[in-house]
Amino acid sequence: MRALPLKPQGLASVMLAVLRREVSLAMRQKGEVLTPLVFFVVIASLFPLGVGPESALLLRMAPGVLWVSALLAAMLSLQRLFATDYADGSLEQMALSPTPLGLLVAAKALSHFLLSGLPLVLMAPVLGLQFGLDSRALGILMLSLLLGTPTLSLVGSIGAALTLGVRGAGVLLSLLILPLYIPVLIFGAGAVEADAAGLGAGGHLSLLAALLVLSLFFAPLATTAALRISLE
Amino acid sequence: MQWNSVSEFFAMGGYALYVWGSFGLTAAVMLIEMVVIRNRRTELLRDLRNELCSESTTS
Amino acid sequence: MKTRVIHWFKFSSPQNFYFLAGRMWPWFAALAAVLMAVGLWISFFVAPTDAQQGQGYRIIFVHVPASQMSMFIYIVMAAWAGLGLAFNTRLSGMMASALAPTGALFAFLSLVTGALWGKPMWGAWWVWDARLTSELILLFLYLGFLALQSSIDDPRRADKACAVLALVGVVNVPIIYFSVKWWNTLHQGASVSLTSAPSMASTMLTGMLVMVVAFWMYSIAAALARVRSIILERERHTEWVKHAVE
Repeated sequence: MRALPLKPQGLASVMLAVLRREVSLAMRQKGEVLTPLVFFVVIASLFPLGVGPESALLLRMAPGVLWVSALLAAMLSLQRLFATDYADGSLEQMALSPTPLGLLVAAKALSHFLLSGLPLVLMAPVLGLQFGLDSRALGILMLSLLLGTPTLSLVGSIGAALTLGVRGAGVLLSLLILPLYIPVLIFGAGAVEADAAGLGAGGHLSLLAALLVLSLFFAPLATTAALRISLE
Repeated sequence: MQWNSVSEFFAMGGYALYVWGSFGLTAAVMLIEMVVIRNRRTELLRDLRNELCSESTTS
Repeated sequence: MKTRVIHWFKFSSPQNFYFLAGRMWPWFAALAAVLMAVGLWISFFVAPTDAQQGQGYRIIFVHVPASQMSMFIYIVMAAWAGLGLAFNTRLSGMMASALAPTGALFAFLSLVTGALWGKPMWGAWWVWDARLTSELILLFLYLGFLALQSSIDDPRRADKACAVLALVGVVNVPIIYFSVKWWNTLHQGASVSLTSAPSMASTMLTGMLVMVVAFWMYSIAAALARVRSIILERERHTEWVKHAVE
């Protein structure tokens, strides 16, 4: 008897299912979601402690400091992106599924953004106030983080896939992807500074958007290749 | 030839530290790299020959 | 008339390449030595004193070749990596691994000689200009490659993972350079640049060119010599290696 053709799952619904899975798994370990956020606050507070409370200096430093802190905090949770699924075998199932692995990877990166990037975006204004940024600058900061953190998640997934199951994966991952994060950092922090200098943040924000589109297309490709290598 | 004396050559118009430092460091790095490559090979050959010896004696 | 066909693809086997590299590298080493001697002669005895920088400018005869080669080697590394991923050849990954240390050392040299050039000329050991900063990031990319390689035990997996990393890196290098240039001009405006060498006498250019080619020949010799050790290490359990080391 001929097997009945299975109704193909819509790609969007598959990706949504991955997103829902990631979020519900993360909600069971709320601490793991909150830790990077707390890390963000702590690092950002270290800088004034290191350079002194002079408000003019802090105001000048704020965009860079907040962006670096957000970048490091976003990077913290990258290791878990594939490690837990790799450990219990569900990653191999994903690799074998009929849905293209690239789409599943993109969905995972997107869920990483929702769980770690988005909280950073929402937390940033609070920290920005500590540095004396005005409301306009805070708005640009949030927008730059909103455009930049998905890119950080997408590029970060490449590093997470490359270092899967490797000794010292955490620090190695940072070493691998921090150079790749530099353009996002430059345009993200630069947007806030450019706006403060009266030059307008448009150029920087468009470049951030361009980087996001580029990484949306190419990062899943590289991550898929890296995953297949790690799963061999 | 623009050097009037050997000491002038070594002085490099006052920039001796920087010029000779750069050239010296470059030479040192290249030499060390060559030595490291050579040592890697000799140690490897030694290890492989030892392996062969022990294999043939235990067979 | 009988024509001999050279089957080039036979050299993609590590065994054949081992012996080919063994015959080739001394020639490249000799070429490098000769060109280095000629280049040094031009650097010190032919190229004139610079009007603004005196004798200090002569550092460019090592700084420029080092930075050129560090960038060129990274591209060649990425090309070998791409070949290895596309054709699943063992040798390509070995060549990429053989090139990486030399490239990293040149990136390091470029930074240090750049600092030694900058201090007397512009008063600071380090300036955050676009070229130097990009070179620093290139060094980080090299170090990441070397770190990833050493942390994965299985050599095949390490080669493939590093290949993906090298390809991602090579795509990012123009993006990084562009963003660093943007960053630099925004923050410092008309800053001093280590590339703005005032009107170069033709002898200076010749000297630089000779040194660049000398460094290039050296890199090839070093990579070929190094890959021989890598081949022996990886293929140690094969019959041909056992015969080759007797």
